[in-house]
Amino acid sequence: MVRNNFDQELEDLKQDLLKMGSMVEEAIYKAVTSLKEQDVELAKEVMTEDDQIDECEIEIEKKCIRLIALQQPVARDLRTIGMISKIITDLERMGDYSFNIAKITITIADKPLIKPLIDIPKMTEITREMVKECLDAFVNLDIEKAEKVAKMDEKVDEFDDQILRELLTYMMEDPSTISQATCLIFASRYLERIADHTTNICERIIYMVTGERVSF
Amino acid sequence: MLQNSKEKIVIKDLNFFYNDFQALKNIDLKVPAEKITALIGPSGCGKSTFLRTLNRMNDLIDCTKVKGEVLIDGHNIYQKGLDVVELRKQIGMVFQDPNPFPKSIYDNVAYGPKAHGIKNKEVLDQIVEDSLKAAALWDEVKDRLDKSAMDISGGQQQRLCIARALAVNPDILLMDEPTSALDPIATAKIEELIKDLKEDYTIVIVTHSMQQAARVSDYTAFFLLGEVIEHGPTEKIFERPADERTEDYITGRFG
Repeated sequence: MVRNNFDQELEDLKQDLLKMGSMVEEAIYKAVTSLKEQDVELAKEVMTEDDQIDECEIEIEKKCIRLIALQQPVARDLRTIGMISKIITDLERMGDYSFNIAKITITIADKPLIKPLIDIPKMTEITREMVKECLDAFVNLDIEKAEKVAKMDEKVDEFDDQILRELLTYMMEDPSTISQATCLIFASRYLERIADHTTNICERIIYMVTGERVSF
Repeated sequence: MLQNSKEKIVIKDLNFFYNDFQALKNIDLKVPAEKITALIGPSGCGKSTFLRTLNRMNDLIDCTKVKGEVLIDGHNIYQKGLDVVELRKQIGMVFQDPNPFPKSIYDNVAYGPKAHGIKNKEVLDQIVEDSLKAAALWDEVKDRLDKSAMDISGGQQQRLCIARALAVNPDILLMDEPTSALDPIATAKIEELIKDLKEDYTIVIVTHSMQQAARVSDYTAFFLLGEVIEHGPTEKIFERPADERTEDYITGRFG
């Protein structure tokens, strides 16, 4: 090992990404909790904290660009830096979706929920698990885990379909539920998108480790 | 991996010795025609020795021994009775430090063709002009062809040496760290020139600069302790090398 400084900087970069990842994971959890509990304060918190996630993305991107400029990375180093700069875009989008869910909490806060939320929290549990495990796969360069996480996306898609069908029934029975039900359908779709971005991250982890492109 | 391009040079089980020291071990390599192949590896890995086996330059060193075959267009250049002068006419070589003759720019380029028997002034003039143009030097020197080659810049001298190599109409160009003595701008010019030349020439370049190998070459071979560890398309070598030792070397974690 003759590139200790560079290795340290790469390690720091990975830690930064993990930090950003756990911020996003928390944002997802808080956003859906605010929706379930109709907790406007919590929703506002998520919306404020989204700025920090955005700042994090810019910081990591700057570091990636600087390392490419100064270190001319190749092979695995190049794949790692290249993929980190892609993964942070996925994470940033996931943060935005959490922001959107929090905004829905505020939009529908004036009336009680048309029904207690059951499937959306279940769907959120799977999505959060995916995010957590995917960050784990990233740090441990664990491609088997990345594949496993990507497969979990099917379950999230099923929930999204199911939630849509259920809320459609509500709307047909009672048109006064339409505005809230539409918002909840959006919330479900945002979660589905979050899971899709997690799947992207899994693909990038596999490329980072093996150099092979996969598509889930 | 190289099936799509024609092979210009095929090296079969090549071994090379300086006395008892084996500098090259069981080299098997195919050099595709009209492409640029870069040889990389740490100092003493055998890449320059290998380059010199391709035009039998090592014949000039005592106590050396070659085993195996180097086929150029299918003919073994180590077969008995081969005309080495003819061989070297087919293979131009450019060295680390620009080494023009202490003669005029014109005479540097005309030297090879003259030595091969061309006397007609008009023909020579044309060869000098064509070679200098091919080496991207013509516009800079066309008004002072009679000036000494020692008075132009290092980068120009190196391009002059390339023009001199091209003047005898070779089809292979060997380059041994051709830009290591040059500044970045002169280096960039030579690199551009190398890329232009591959339309007509098969080029093998030894370089210590991995970035240079990445920038100019189509194929890269990584040498270590006299062996070829990995050989393949340059973008593959630098994006996802197959061998751990290649990875360690190109990412600077070697040794």
